[in-house]
Amino acid sequence: MTGLQDAARDLLQSGEAAVVIGFGGGSAGGARPLMVRDPTSVGDLIFDDRCVHNLAVYLLKPEVKSLGKPAIVGTQAVLRSILQLASEQQVKDRDVIALIPEADGGVRRLETLGEIEGAVSKPDAVLSPEEQNCLDEIASLSREERWRFWQEEFSRCLKCYACRAACPMCYCSQCIVEVNQPQWIPVPAHPLGNMGWHLVRAMHLAGRCVNCGECARACPVDIPLNLLNQVIEKEVAEQFGGKAGLSATASYALSTFTTDDKDTFIR
Amino acid sequence: MAEFEPKVTAFVCTWCTYAGADLTGTSRIKYASNVRVLRVPCTGRIDFMYVLQAFTQGADGIIISGCHPADCHYTSGNYHARRRWIVLRALLDFVGVDTRRIHFAWVSAAEGAKWADLVNSVVSNVRELGPYDEYRQTIPAHIRPGGIAV
Repeated sequence: MTGLQDAARDLLQSGEAAVVIGFGGGSAGGARPLMVRDPTSVGDLIFDDRCVHNLAVYLLKPEVKSLGKPAIVGTQAVLRSILQLASEQQVKDRDVIALIPEADGGVRRLETLGEIEGAVSKPDAVLSPEEQNCLDEIASLSREERWRFWQEEFSRCLKCYACRAACPMCYCSQCIVEVNQPQWIPVPAHPLGNMGWHLVRAMHLAGRCVNCGECARACPVDIPLNLLNQVIEKEVAEQFGGKAGLSATASYALSTFTTDDKDTFIR
Repeated sequence: MAEFEPKVTAFVCTWCTYAGADLTGTSRIKYASNVRVLRVPCTGRIDFMYVLQAFTQGADGIIISGCHPADCHYTSGNYHARRRWIVLRALLDFVGVDTRRIHFAWVSAAEGAKWADLVNSVVSNVRELGPYDEYRQTIPAHIRPGGIAV
């Protein structure tokens, strides 16, 4: 732990970073995001099994940006998020320093996008066997069963938009659900509005989701939202190749095309 | 109860399929009158929300049609649209939306007969599937479009 705290103190003292985005102790024995700006406060930083949240979501918040150059305590999901944000021109080279706590207590410091690309683990970016099983299980249901399953899941939605707030890729300054001329998605949390919101969220993340699982983790009513993203990412990878969050220069799957994209359903 | 008459919404691009549908008419080819044609500049203009909105507003089936690959008036709109549809179909299928009701086609300005065949086959297809009440049951009663037995 001291490795991380030392690294954070060095960065803040030398002025290389103005803020360290990391984890601190939270209520009920949990961990919470912590912004450290004062080198004497780095003792509050922790990193252990509780620290699972994707802190990259804070990188584009105006309140955090205004603090100056950030260093961010990173897991693999954070690295993938930074690369995806870079490929979308939201983060520039050397805009952010990633601090990767290592098993031996040391900290790996990544300064450039190139270094982050080198540190991203490709196997971590693909679906785990459990995630794959979950997708296969739902896909093996009949269409009517899938419909009932998802209607049941969506029926619990409160439209709190925690999934949006927790997602590093949901950074639009005006989200489509706040547009009301025309009103594409009904505001109330009724079945139509809920389904509309979740389909829109999934489609707007198509080819961009880095599979950090933060949407499902943030959901207060436990809707497995990441499955919607995963099924799209799987399709994008199979049909168009490529995977979000592995490269700072990748182009967006849905704004590019090849003339021989395969379809099986167009007459 | 009267026999079920399907409502089919067609989103067509103005340069190919709309002209093709026009040719169907000028060629005096008769086809099912269940289709409501909505003209858009290009298939690339068709947001996936159009599909959901059409179902919400009472469509039982949907046709999306535009220029053949390599024929887009704007060079690449249909290629972009194709990618979007590939992804959208995978998502809708996963959440259990009845993708048998959503039909994609390329119909050029010279294919008046193909347009008639397309509409006829989609209408008979949707007639067999029946009204899409399953989807419309998600709509709260006070905003449900009138005249739909749910």
